[in-house]
Amino acid sequence: MSTTKVRRLGTDKPPTRASRLMRNKWAGTAGLLIALLAPFVDATPYALSIMTSAAIAVMLAAGLNIVVGYCGLLDLGYVAFFAVGAYTSGVLATRFDLPLLATVPIVIVVTVIAGIIIGAPTLRLRSDYLAIVTLGFGEIIRITANNLDVTGGPSGIYGIPHLVENKVLFYYVTVVVVSLAVLGAARLGRSRLGRAWRFVREDEDAAEAMGVHTYRVKLAAYIAGAVWGGLAGVLFASQLSAISPGSFTFLQSALVLMAVVLGGMGSMPGVVIGAVVISLLPEVLRGLADYRFLLFGILLIIVMLLRPQGLWPARSKEVS
Amino acid sequence: MTQLVWNGLFVGSFYALVALGYSMVYGIIKLLNFAHGDLYMLGAFVGFAILGAVGGVSPSMALPLLLVVLLATMVVTGLAGVALERIAYRPLRRAPRLSLLITAVGASFALEYGMRAVAGADPQVYPVRLGGTAMEVLGARLTLQQLVLMGVAVVLMIALNLLVTRTREGRAMRAIALDPRTSALMGINVNSVISRTFFVGSALAGAAGVMAGAYYGKIDFMMGFLIGLKAFTAAVIGGIGNIPGTMLGGLLLGLLESFGTYWLGGEWRDVFAFGVLILFLTVRPTGLLGERVTERV
Repeated sequence: MSTTKVRRLGTDKPPTRASRLMRNKWAGTAGLLIALLAPFVDATPYALSIMTSAAIAVMLAAGLNIVVGYCGLLDLGYVAFFAVGAYTSGVLATRFDLPLLATVPIVIVVTVIAGIIIGAPTLRLRSDYLAIVTLGFGEIIRITANNLDVTGGPSGIYGIPHLVENKVLFYYVTVVVVSLAVLGAARLGRSRLGRAWRFVREDEDAAEAMGVHTYRVKLAAYIAGAVWGGLAGVLFASQLSAISPGSFTFLQSALVLMAVVLGGMGSMPGVVIGAVVISLLPEVLRGLADYRFLLFGILLIIVMLLRPQGLWPARSKEVS
Repeated sequence: MTQLVWNGLFVGSFYALVALGYSMVYGIIKLLNFAHGDLYMLGAFVGFAILGAVGGVSPSMALPLLLVVLLATMVVTGLAGVALERIAYRPLRRAPRLSLLITAVGASFALEYGMRAVAGADPQVYPVRLGGTAMEVLGARLTLQQLVLMGVAVVLMIALNLLVTRTREGRAMRAIALDPRTSALMGINVNSVISRTFFVGSALAGAAGVMAGAYYGKIDFMMGFLIGLKAFTAAVIGGIGNIPGTMLGGLLLGLLESFGTYWLGGEWRDVFAFGVLILFLTVRPTGLLGERVTERV
């Protein structure tokens, strides 16, 4: 694959002043600083749990952004990988008394396998098939966790050891892990593989004709997304120390997707902001709880109709 | 054994009705209408509202009333489908496929939670239930209401098949499915034909919704989610975009589920159905009666 050909697609136009401000390398640092200083403002257990959840949501959104944003594959069951990660580490930690950290390599292996099982048959087909198969996959994982004994059935697993006991310390660990994950995803997006992903997103047939092995590239994106989701699941299991199938419904997948779409598909800073907004909004707008998802649905349509590039787009303007 | 077959065919005819709308819309504009299952839910609620407005009826009048309600509901959900297409899908027809899929998810969400805001989160009990007298046929217990509902489903499917294969309208639909631009050049009003396709597909889903409400007796705002997935599975098994194939797929999925439930237990029913979906996509993604379609660039 020749990289110059990719550039000529016109998607990497020189940034305008506005987008240069958005791409400012200090934006990430500023975000990290806000995250690190937040406990000094409010360190009540309630605030800490919300902030930790928001950080985990950011990690999920960063992972989904690889699949949806970079590669243009719609994954509607992303929470399945989150569940696979959480359950794998939870089961291993409680049944075999492994420390949580030791389950991480196994979680990675299991999520990669899960990604291959779902991705391998469906990525050969049109992308809409992937969307609905992932939707089905999300349900399969949830129902399976609900039915099996080893996963604790409907009541789930409890007594999962914490990664670190101290809540504040755990928040910082989460922030560091999530920052690395976001940074890693962004670096992947700028790599040779990342260019191939965007090429596939813009025009799969042209990419194929240029010698990009589209199937392999798409599978790579899908697996990367799976691993990100699985690792976020480990953090989630450690934060709550109890997991149940009820945490892994389609709604969760839809919320992560919402974060990615709202923030701007393919734009890492946008996606981070989107995830923070989506996870903090219900805390701010408690009174609107009944209408929240109705609003989300309408917002999804409106964003797609009026501003498909999201609030903080990857580039000043997408060239179709 | 015959009981399993009968149950499978009965549930399968529901799946087939919903799957037809999926399949028609997919065949004509290559869009997976995620909100299709929610139109089924909408149908159930519209039927519920009309029956509530009419008030109590004697059991002997239940069946004719239900058929009238069925027709009225079909008109309402059909129009809802047309509105959905006009608002959410038509402006994006030239946009990347991803945008359209996301809009469809948004539409599905808006319908589900819009209905929740209107009707509440608790399940509603259908006011009319068909009194059924059970009878034995070849060792299977079946009720009159099952027979009637299946009869309605069959009539609707036959009517749809006639519409698509024998009428001018159906020819226009098939032409657009083959090539929308050339169809436009041949004098077909592509937009209005697509609108009417949405109308027909959504009306069928609405009919299935009313029938499910009358049969199962309970409806709630999430009832369309799972059946949407199942209907898609049915459409894939039979060959998405292919009308007889989709009907066959619906019945087959019903049978598979019926036997799968018998062997594995009810809690694995949905897992089994999705497993079949993934298997089919791996082995024969075009479905039983579908043809291999080459992507045009």
